[in-house]
Amino acid sequence: MATPVPERETITLAPDGRPADQQPAWRQDFPIDSPQDQYVERRDFVKFLTLTSLAFVVGQLWIVAQSWRRRRRVPAGAKRIASLSEISIGGSLVFDYPAEHDSSVLVRLAESEFVAFSQKCTHLSCAVVPKPAEGVFHCPCHEGLFDLRTGRVLAGPPPRPLPRVLVEVHDGEIYATGVTTGGA
Amino acid sequence: MGGKTFTREQRTPIVQGMLAFVLILVVIQLWLLTATMNAYLGGDDAIVLPAAAASVLCLSLNAGLLLYLRRLERQA
Repeated sequence: MATPVPERETITLAPDGRPADQQPAWRQDFPIDSPQDQYVERRDFVKFLTLTSLAFVVGQLWIVAQSWRRRRRVPAGAKRIASLSEISIGGSLVFDYPAEHDSSVLVRLAESEFVAFSQKCTHLSCAVVPKPAEGVFHCPCHEGLFDLRTGRVLAGPPPRPLPRVLVEVHDGEIYATGVTTGGA
Repeated sequence: MGGKTFTREQRTPIVQGMLAFVLILVVIQLWLLTATMNAYLGGDDAIVLPAAAASVLCLSLNAGLLLYLRRLERQA
């Protein structure tokens, strides 16, 4: 009479597939069902990846919330930066705009030509330094270069242009009137 | 799916195929997240909602596969 063959799942299999009595003593003492082990590993990895997938969705929803908040934000009003006499041609001036701790830098390029950009480098937020003689903003942290007139990235790791601060001159006074982040 | 039961030997390649698919979807989600963050910081909000919807779709596919796997195990 033939002995009943046990169910496949109940057999403990070694990684090399040889029968249990041919395995070394240590493996006979501590047998591991290798195929089951592999199956459980892969199944648990699928679970882990699904959890990672959920984390990415949470990140996307956070961006949606931030974007919604940004669109609802009241645009910063006009703010006086300086009078014309306070800044010479080729000179620059650091000011806070739109909020109190948002450093921006104003550069006077010609008699009636001004540009202003956020001073935060778009790479890792170091303060950029205007170099009007060379026509660039220089970020000393990682040697990033931005065009002085447009804020466009010229060299280095920054991924985006500098946000531009809109500037208007009225009655000898220079005003910041808004910020554009869509690139120059 | 139905009521068909699979042995462990049959389920192992199923879970391996599933793993490959889920891995691809997660990599797509990672790319979506970095591209969306870059666009958002650059002032472009137009891509934010479609990217979030695509990411939710990927998650629902992953969750669906995981539920299918659990059902297979319960039937075994």
